[in-house]
Amino acid sequence: MKKKNGFFARNAQLIVPLLSILALIVFNLFRDPSFFSISLSVNNSGNTVLTGNLISILNGASELAVLAMGMTLVTAASGGQDISVGALAAIAGSVFVKVLRAGEITPVTVVVAFLLCCVVAMIFGVFNGTLVAVFKIQPMIATLVLYTCGRSIAYWINGGASPTVASPILTAIGSFIPGVPIPTPILIVALCGVIFALVFRFTTLRLYTQAVGINQRAARLNGINAVGIKILAFMILGICCAVSGCIAVARLGYLNHETVLLEIEMDAILAVAIGGNALGGGRFKMAGSVLGAYAIQTLTTTLYAMRVPSTAVKSYKAIVIILIVVIGSPMVKEAFGRMVGRIKAARADGKEAA
Amino acid sequence: MKKLVCLLVSLVLVFAMATALADITVGIVNNPPSESGYREANVKDFEAVFSAENGYEAKTFYSLKNDEQLAAAQQFITDGVDYLLISAAATTGWDQVLTSAQENGIGVFLFDRMIDCDESLYEAAVVSDMANQGVTAVDWLLSQNLPEYNVIHIQGVMGNDAQIGRTAALDEQAAAGTVHIVVQQTAEWSADTAKEIVESVINSGEPFNVIYAENDDMAKGAVQALDEHGITHGVNGDVIIMGFDTNKWALRELKAGSWNYDGQCSPFQAQVISDMIQKLEAGESLDLESKQVISVEKGFDAKTLTDEDIETYGLGE
Repeated sequence: MKKKNGFFARNAQLIVPLLSILALIVFNLFRDPSFFSISLSVNNSGNTVLTGNLISILNGASELAVLAMGMTLVTAASGGQDISVGALAAIAGSVFVKVLRAGEITPVTVVVAFLLCCVVAMIFGVFNGTLVAVFKIQPMIATLVLYTCGRSIAYWINGGASPTVASPILTAIGSFIPGVPIPTPILIVALCGVIFALVFRFTTLRLYTQAVGINQRAARLNGINAVGIKILAFMILGICCAVSGCIAVARLGYLNHETVLLEIEMDAILAVAIGGNALGGGRFKMAGSVLGAYAIQTLTTTLYAMRVPSTAVKSYKAIVIILIVVIGSPMVKEAFGRMVGRIKAARADGKEAA
Repeated sequence: MKKLVCLLVSLVLVFAMATALADITVGIVNNPPSESGYREANVKDFEAVFSAENGYEAKTFYSLKNDEQLAAAQQFITDGVDYLLISAAATTGWDQVLTSAQENGIGVFLFDRMIDCDESLYEAAVVSDMANQGVTAVDWLLSQNLPEYNVIHIQGVMGNDAQIGRTAALDEQAAAGTVHIVVQQTAEWSADTAKEIVESVINSGEPFNVIYAENDDMAKGAVQALDEHGITHGVNGDVIIMGFDTNKWALRELKAGSWNYDGQCSPFQAQVISDMIQKLEAGESLDLESKQVISVEKGFDAKTLTDEDIETYGLGE
């Protein structure tokens, strides 16, 4: 028997998102070789910064990547998806703006505002989680409540449409820290990734989440608090919503509760799916979802660079996504596996014959 | 005893007539203020004009759903309001309710949005002319006498009234060859998406000197992209920035010289309607050339914008 737990076998799940990004990259290289050129330029605040499509992709996908991380956990634990993340991010962003507008913006108030919006988002996470875990409502239906009313709540918090906030601290969070050429949102995503990696390394969160997702009853019989794990997953997703809401606010220095991160829930779910995670719960790989998020953003940026007409942009996106999802589907994977098996067998036969 | 009853009844009648004379009841059916900055200002405007001080008793109903709006309008008719003011969520399905209003002698005014129905069913419709907003903006752009116009055109949600109107004027000039459209893409009113679109043009290296965004949010996103890539904009900048909707924060960008132009989409229809109602109450006829009354809408130039303009025409805070 061959060793099955080699690096590639362990990360087989990542092949599809990696391949889709790679395919888009190759396509773009043929289309326009300069697509991936990165250059240094001085921005209007006087910082020397990196620019180019690659940077734009990494930067633009930040909110989605953070949400995809949390969505992966919720998917794994509950076997369903949270469709209220966009609305919850709007609420969190609204709380962030509300606190910042209350007084002078200093590093302390920014931290306080961020922590407060984390708390608010976690409370909504508990709400969603309770509906799902305690009342056993299908997650998509349970989160439909917040999906429907979340943006109105976001409006109500500030009592007005599109409040603005401006401060060099927010610019540092949303675009560039003076002296650092990499957009800050990219760094925030990296930080979130590291935090998740550390949590998974030093706690039993991954094991318990997967156990609950695969077989809730068996998990409970083994002494795992299944309800608690599910609620915890929704709370963590809440924090992810708070992070992406704050990034979105800091990026533009204002909040439009109706358009901020609109329809991002669908992209987040898609990222989880492209990442090769089972949407029915159980085993998961967060890195896959993050790669999925970057694949989606690469596709969007490619379509813009191709100057696809406004009316057709959604159809193009749909076609590519259908391709990616079909390639990643169990049927195709199985067929591919059988084909590889046959080739190997044929080779072995050839060797024996020789 | 009889005399007393008679006296009481007549007193009550006189009192009722007095209140009826003092107050004109209006039923206002609108979209909720949380819909947008535009709607917020629109709702506030109607609440301010149709107030008790101005001799009105206003009943209001706000919903994004057409069927709920229809039910509310029907209820207002049953309640016996004098006038019905409607900004419909959808353009269809109103014939029955409007006919019922007409049969009950209730005057109907449409504002902000047209309804697909016979003109005879309403007194007047006070609306914006989106196409005219586009023409005003494009005329302003051409008056800048740039040697060439390389425009990034960021559109709203496709098929939306505002998008169609604001796109048409620019498309016409592009067809005539006076402006060159570098890219025409929808950002669906979202600042984030607008930023991504502008970034993709910057990264492609193609030159441009005008950003024509069909609302303020998208103009803001576009400017953010320019800032991050070290491209100057606004008055004395390399790129002309144009937006629509005259949010206060957007007008402040103009005042600061960071943007060049902002086109108004007026949410202030209440006074026009109130004036018409007063005319009808005085027994005069409205004498309109067309039942569609177009709101007067301006375009603001960063060079001539005053603080007073910001206060008068700016929406939100």
